[in-house]
Amino acid sequence: MSMTLDPQTVGEIAEEAAAQPASQFKITMRRLRRSPGAVAGLVIVLIFLFISLTADYIAPHDYNLSNFVMARQGPSAEFWLGNDEIGRDLFSRLLQGARISLYVGLISVGIGVVIGLPLGLISGYFGGFLDQIIMRLMDIMLAFPSILLAILMVAILGPSLENAMIAIGVVSIPIYARLIRSSTLAVKEELFIEASRAMGAGNLYIILRHVLPNTLAPVVVQSTLQIAAAIQASAALGFLGLGAPPDVPEWGNMLQKGRTYIISAPHIVVYPGLATMLVVLGFNLLGDGLRDALDPHLAHGS
Amino acid sequence: MVNYILRRLFLAVPVLLGASFLVFISIRFIPGDPAVAIAGELATPAYIAQVRQDMGLDEPLLVQYGLYLQRIVQGDWGQSVRNRIPVTELLAERLPRTLRLAFISLFLAALFGIPIGVISATKANSWIDTISMVFALLGVSMPIFWLGLMLMIFFSVQVTNWLGLSQPFLPPTGMGEGQPDAWKYMVMPTLALAANSMAIQARMTRATMLEVLRADYIRAARAKGVHEQVIIYKHALRNALVPIVTIIGLQFGTLLGGAVLTETVFAWPGIGRLLVDSITFRDYPVIQGAVLLVAAGFVLVNLLVDITYAYLNPRIRYD
Repeated sequence: MSMTLDPQTVGEIAEEAAAQPASQFKITMRRLRRSPGAVAGLVIVLIFLFISLTADYIAPHDYNLSNFVMARQGPSAEFWLGNDEIGRDLFSRLLQGARISLYVGLISVGIGVVIGLPLGLISGYFGGFLDQIIMRLMDIMLAFPSILLAILMVAILGPSLENAMIAIGVVSIPIYARLIRSSTLAVKEELFIEASRAMGAGNLYIILRHVLPNTLAPVVVQSTLQIAAAIQASAALGFLGLGAPPDVPEWGNMLQKGRTYIISAPHIVVYPGLATMLVVLGFNLLGDGLRDALDPHLAHGS
Repeated sequence: MVNYILRRLFLAVPVLLGASFLVFISIRFIPGDPAVAIAGELATPAYIAQVRQDMGLDEPLLVQYGLYLQRIVQGDWGQSVRNRIPVTELLAERLPRTLRLAFISLFLAALFGIPIGVISATKANSWIDTISMVFALLGVSMPIFWLGLMLMIFFSVQVTNWLGLSQPFLPPTGMGEGQPDAWKYMVMPTLALAANSMAIQARMTRATMLEVLRADYIRAARAKGVHEQVIIYKHALRNALVPIVTIIGLQFGTLLGGAVLTETVFAWPGIGRLLVDSITFRDYPVIQGAVLLVAAGFVLVNLLVDITYAYLNPRIRYD
């Protein structure tokens, strides 16, 4: 890879060097700030988090209060985004939906990390037979298009928000296992691991003290992107009627309900999809930005 | 090369076996009697007894799996709970429709995605690049079923109103089989399905092209005074195409998954629609069959991609 050292880049290197000893976190944040996409992503994610946590207080109306007189009405001064098929305030329901999306994103990513991380560490660190078994199992899960595996699981377990989260989480396990395995393999051969072993450190100590911290950066990046994927998958399952019960304001659910009125009241399906897209976009932008910021090879890349 | 292909074929066998085992075992997680799940709740006791015997439910699990595999290989994929039609017959009717959708979408995605990526890379950081990449990111982030609904609002409602037509400009649902204007029914489902893939290909092509354009041999070609167009299309794109072709192949499986959503939006009677309907009716034999078929297709496509990749990339060793 060629790299031209223009005065600005040199200045940035000097700036970073002068700021030593800077923590990894500070360096990452500084790099993140230089990318407009990442900043936009961070802003969207922060707004999304704020709305999710305060939905109960900032919603202008009760999200579950139906008002048949207002059914399928378009946006108005009182109901900013209009009303849904039974007259509930669409805006308040969207806010509540943000909370559900955050919940789905965090829980399913949690499932993926909690199960995928140890599998990847064991597979990469010990290798051999165990590695073969784990990786072949992961291959089998990857033999299904991920949405299809999630659909199969929900079809078997029965449709509910909890089962949708479990399905989305389980589907992401092989992604984490493979990712962590490959970073474990990379770090395993490093000299400091050998030194640690020479000083008598046990496997568990080496894994927790040396290997795990070195796999965290890719995990953080992947999890950011994975939250986006989980929110998208949750909306898909909701749209297929395989997610939360019909009255829960999950975004995919709202799209499914509103579909019937697509000609007379298109606003019911426009906004939940727009919200999904924005939030997914935010996490994708932030994830891409974090990947670039955490990648030592791209220290001063384009 | 022949050895490599044989070895890859051999490696695909355990994956296929594992996938079929997963589908087989899934039925055990349904609460209640598996025989009732397979036969349907309204089945006669005699039929349930027959199913129990076919499944070998009194035998050990591995024997049951053996029986299951045997039936699959023999082409007996069970009967639909809903109408007692053999599952294979249902799948054979639906599969070509889904494949038609997936292939046309893949073609559309490559037709637009790759050139957009090339232009973006050659004009990196220009306004064309920025706009293309913003759209690509939106395409990646958009739920495809929502895009489908938006297309429907636009083409079937808005455009129809503007033109003052008595029929929708593009028919919102169905397949129009046998009708002279059947192609009209394809437009929106394929667009909705293609968008995501197009966006991924554009991003991927851009990234790969940027990397290739930095390579030494490109600089050498520039230094020799080779025309820029020749450098881009002959020297760079050819090498960039290797990973791009791989991505396109892998997307075929994703498209099959996405077809479930697109077919639901547009009431397109393919495998995906069959799957969703079967879930509603707890038609487990059909659910199992549809999932198994798509998974097998996915594994085979991945295999083809691997082989194509090895063929295109001389640096891969075959042994």
